[in-house]
Amino acid sequence: MEYFIQQLLNGLTLGSIYGLVAIGYTMVYGIIGMINFAHGDIFMLGGFAALIVFLILTSFIAGIPVALALLIMMVVAMLVTSLWNWTIERVAYRPLRGSFRLAPLITAIGMSIVLSNFIQVTQGPRNKPIPPLVNDVFHFGDVTVSLKQMVIVVVTAVLLTIFWYIVNKTPLGRAQRATEQDRKMAALLGVDVDRTISITFIMGASLAAVAGTMYLMYYGVASFADGFIPGVKAFTAAVLGGIGSLPGAVLGGLLIGLIESLWSAYFSIAYKDVATFAILAFVLIFKPTGILGRPEVEKV
Amino acid sequence: MSVNVNPAAEPLLKVSGVETYYGSIRALSGVDVHVNQGEIVSLIGANGAGKSTLMMTICGSPQARNGSVVFDGTDITKMPTHLIARRRIAQSPEGRRIFPRMTVYENLQMGAGLDNLKYFDEDVEKIFALFPRLKERQSQRGGTLSGGEQQMLSIGRALMARPKLLLLDEPSLGLAPLIVKQIFEAIRMLNEKEGLTVFLVEQNAFAALKLSHRAYVMVNGKVTMSGTGRELLANPEVRAAYLEGGRH
Ligand SMILES: Nc1ncnc2c1ncn2[C@@H]1O[C@H](COP(=O)(O)OP(=O)(O)OP(=O)(O)O)[C@@H](O)[C@H]1O
Ligand SMILES: [Mg+2]
Repeated sequence: MEYFIQQLLNGLTLGSIYGLVAIGYTMVYGIIGMINFAHGDIFMLGGFAALIVFLILTSFIAGIPVALALLIMMVVAMLVTSLWNWTIERVAYRPLRGSFRLAPLITAIGMSIVLSNFIQVTQGPRNKPIPPLVNDVFHFGDVTVSLKQMVIVVVTAVLLTIFWYIVNKTPLGRAQRATEQDRKMAALLGVDVDRTISITFIMGASLAAVAGTMYLMYYGVASFADGFIPGVKAFTAAVLGGIGSLPGAVLGGLLIGLIESLWSAYFSIAYKDVATFAILAFVLIFKPTGILGRPEVEKV
Repeated sequence: MSVNVNPAAEPLLKVSGVETYYGSIRALSGVDVHVNQGEIVSLIGANGAGKSTLMMTICGSPQARNGSVVFDGTDITKMPTHLIARRRIAQSPEGRRIFPRMTVYENLQMGAGLDNLKYFDEDVEKIFALFPRLKERQSQRGGTLSGGEQQMLSIGRALMARPKLLLLDEPSLGLAPLIVKQIFEAIRMLNEKEGLTVFLVEQNAFAALKLSHRAYVMVNGKVTMSGTGRELLANPEVRAAYLEGGRH
């Protein structure tokens, strides 16, 4: 039983990270109907930005408090990823809006390759380690909870609350939902559609940057290839939850995290990715729109 | 029915020689219309004549390829749609275009976005008084409203913007005769009491001509006739084509 709870906690932690990244996929899909395949690499870029900030901070300011260091890492990572995501939307995706559907998709794959190769060339192909930032662990009977797991879950919960509030209760969130549902009508009501789309890319990038920073803190390494496997898993999470649905992205992320850690614990760690994708395929057969996805047909 | 228009004053909206294309297909071929401050003007014409296209061209979506649209002294021909909206041209467009996954209340909030909801509480009460049905349904999602309720919401949403010019594309479409009467009465009331300027497209030509100060008839992307509502009602060609035997 303790072992099971332990695995649940591990899954929850990992799932939080996937969920934060999945939101970026789902929001962009919702608003412009495009899978931003470069989003996984935004997550990876966030991790590297945090890593570089960490190295700078620790070499210039000896004994900087860990919490402060993490905060600075996160903020800088958010700025870097936002700038990058904003730029690719502006120069690579926007000119293709309204062209055939595959064009932006292919461009996004191109952007993904550009970013991961750029990091590979400038940062090297090997895993970059950092010393453990947060070491404390707590014991509850036989269950061990590390402080970093708590940080991840709490930060995720706080961000999701803020995010939920913005999307559902503010004029910006209303403009985003309106743009998603009927872009032309949104413009007729005075919504600056281009600006709203840009802000959506910035919001998605910021969440991915936080996820990237926490992933770095959790595993202690960053690799140029992180945009791929964890990135694809976050995408899977978005599809599993129902692409376009924000609660779906979070739910999908948590499910993928749980499946992964429980499967690794009870079956075989080598097959955890197979298990994840098999369950995705299974769900999609019975519910093609994902768990919380909406059916395409609508009375309008 | 007459309106005090200073003939020397510039019209609120002046559309001159407008040509609009969809790809290579020309939908408007040199349209001239104008709407004076405080008028109700209607546009009638057969299906596919280009009425909705004119309404949307005024809002810059699509933009006119040739000609000009001047609103309140400013050339808005090549202005982006959202900036035109911010100059207080509100439209209840063809097909209603309610946000399906927003509640009725949120749809109305979208209408009041230009002022950041500053007058929302006050204005929403007026809309609810005009369409009590919307008040009952305020927390229902737009996409699940009946066609007529959606029509009311679309008009209400446009009014929430406190427009200087209200564009209505077939406001009576799909509504029960009693509701149509109510809506036309509401338009007349807003015009008389608040001086609201209205430019509307209608298939229900009889009601529209009775309501309007002036009207235009559009055929194949061109304006072929214009006059006061009364003149057009009496015109034999108009009677034959749009009033008798045709759609009412
Ligand atoms: N998006 C579009 N792409 C191509 N052609 C279009 C488009 N929208 C309208 N048209 C064409 O432009 C012409 C004018 O259409 P419009 O919708 O303005 O007519 P309308 O007068 O509003 O007709 P109705 O009374 O049926 O609403 C029609 O021939 C129509 O087929
Ligand atoms: Mg029409």
